[in-house]
Amino acid sequence: MTEADTIARWVAPGARVLDLGCGDGRLLRQLWETRQAPGYGVEIDDAKVLACLRNDVNVLQMDLEDGLAAFADRSFDTVILSETLQAIHRQEPLLVEMLRVGREAIVSFPNFGYWRARIQIALAGHMPVSKELPYQWYDTPNVHHCTLVDFEALCAKVGFQVLERVVLTDGKPVAAFPNLLGALAVYRVSA
Amino acid sequence: MQSPCLRKLNGLFLFRDAVIVEAKKARFTEPLRLTGGAVLPEFEIAYETYGELNAARSNAVLVCHALNASHHVAGTYADDPRNVGWWDNMVGPGKPVDTDRFFVVGNNYLGSCFGSTGPTSPNPATGKPWGADFPVVTVEDWVAAQARLADRLGIERFAAVMGGSLGAMQALQWTLSYPQRVRNAIVIAATPKLSAQNIAFNEVARQAIMSDPDFHGGHYYDRGVVPVRGLRIARMIGHITYLSDDAMMEKFGRQLRRSALGFDFGADFEVESYLRYQGDKFAEYFDANTYLRITKALDYYDPAADYDGDLSAAFARAQADFLVVSFTSDWRFSSARSREIVRALLDNRRVVSYLEIDAPQGHDAFLLDDPRYFGALRAYFGNIAL
Repeated sequence: MTEADTIARWVAPGARVLDLGCGDGRLLRQLWETRQAPGYGVEIDDAKVLACLRNDVNVLQMDLEDGLAAFADRSFDTVILSETLQAIHRQEPLLVEMLRVGREAIVSFPNFGYWRARIQIALAGHMPVSKELPYQWYDTPNVHHCTLVDFEALCAKVGFQVLERVVLTDGKPVAAFPNLLGALAVYRVSA
Repeated sequence: MQSPCLRKLNGLFLFRDAVIVEAKKARFTEPLRLTGGAVLPEFEIAYETYGELNAARSNAVLVCHALNASHHVAGTYADDPRNVGWWDNMVGPGKPVDTDRFFVVGNNYLGSCFGSTGPTSPNPATGKPWGADFPVVTVEDWVAAQARLADRLGIERFAAVMGGSLGAMQALQWTLSYPQRVRNAIVIAATPKLSAQNIAFNEVARQAIMSDPDFHGGHYYDRGVVPVRGLRIARMIGHITYLSDDAMMEKFGRQLRRSALGFDFGADFEVESYLRYQGDKFAEYFDANTYLRITKALDYYDPAADYDGDLSAAFARAQADFLVVSFTSDWRFSSARSREIVRALLDNRRVVSYLEIDAPQGHDAFLLDDPRYFGALRAYFGNIAL
């Protein structure tokens, strides 16, 4: 099961979707084709914005760091932040904004508590570089990494409820010791 | 590496490939009631077309122009091959708005001095040019006249209506005046209404024209004079607002026009000389009465005015899909103004994409072929089903 399949399962048919950091619009395209969910993507990168247009996906070229002022309260059913959280400077206000404009939010991120990352730090003594975290520390779009425990603590702090959680490693769900054995976390939360 | 001979041959082929177009006029004898209350008993709209209208009449694109352009959007004239259309880089065979696929209509708005009925046209009541008596027209009036042209051409519904700057206002207005007649609106370097600063610049330009002793209250045609000085200054002011500070610095810097400072009031700096040249050129071909009216049309445009300033309420009746494009260095109509439009469209759940192109040239960027901008338009038009 892929991350996209997990997200698609959580998006109700016909739901209005906002995908923050939507890349080339692949997920939005999938949600439109499989769930008939109309949506918009937000993306800042020129090449990715163009790819969205080519994919016939609605895309808004905006900087997530500026907030979501373009969107009215509760104007979406689901707001998605897929593997983008770690690249955001001010995460807490963005999460709060997500649940202002959406009824629910889906957030996924690479788990920094994954054992492979831990070993690289603890034993090899260097910042992790892996399939999920493919960047060198000095050349990365990522600014704030977190673990499942960290994210759930932030949710508790801002008063979000975790409705569902799926933890994946190599496309397979992880049940036991997710914060240690999970490479990627996908959360469904509400206010 | 091509030989000079081969290059020359290519050049010849390029010249041969230039699309030859023809300016046409459509005459309308049914009176047009204008927003300001005046009635135009009859009028003409100058236009050009590129490509072929398909059998389903589903591939028509209306191009609306900005302040000083015309219906001559693309191609060249057989008898004037150097006169290339103002958006020839955008519109043509194989170009972002591909005329092998779309039937593109360029039109000249009412009140212009380039062919459509305006202050220089004869007033049917007197047989003399309208001059100062030509009414103030609005963006809404232009769109109403364009709708008559669409009727005449057998176009029930446009695949797209597009424009930059003042042209973008017309594209916006099409979605409000005739929601069911526009499938896509391409809104580039736009604003939903002018700011106080925008109006202020326009007022300085108008004062420059009206205070020229050759203006004669707009009745200068009879006297065989042109308020050249006023027009020059108006154009110089306008031109400053079309360029970014960076673009001006890049283009001119503080480069001197002469070998040393003159300690007089001649053109010391290149930028002064450039503005003078632009002003002179403009005053040769543009009509002062037209300039006054176009700047008023800009000032008056405010679709939210009837809705207590609520732009979202104004766009409730729009049915089109939208592509909105702004340029980050445009301080005349900044990206923030385009985002207001996007917000209003999102509030109404319209299908919309928005591009904020990080281009350095300022407002004029909408005329230049930035690959991100042109790539986006090519992709967008490519997805329009015919």
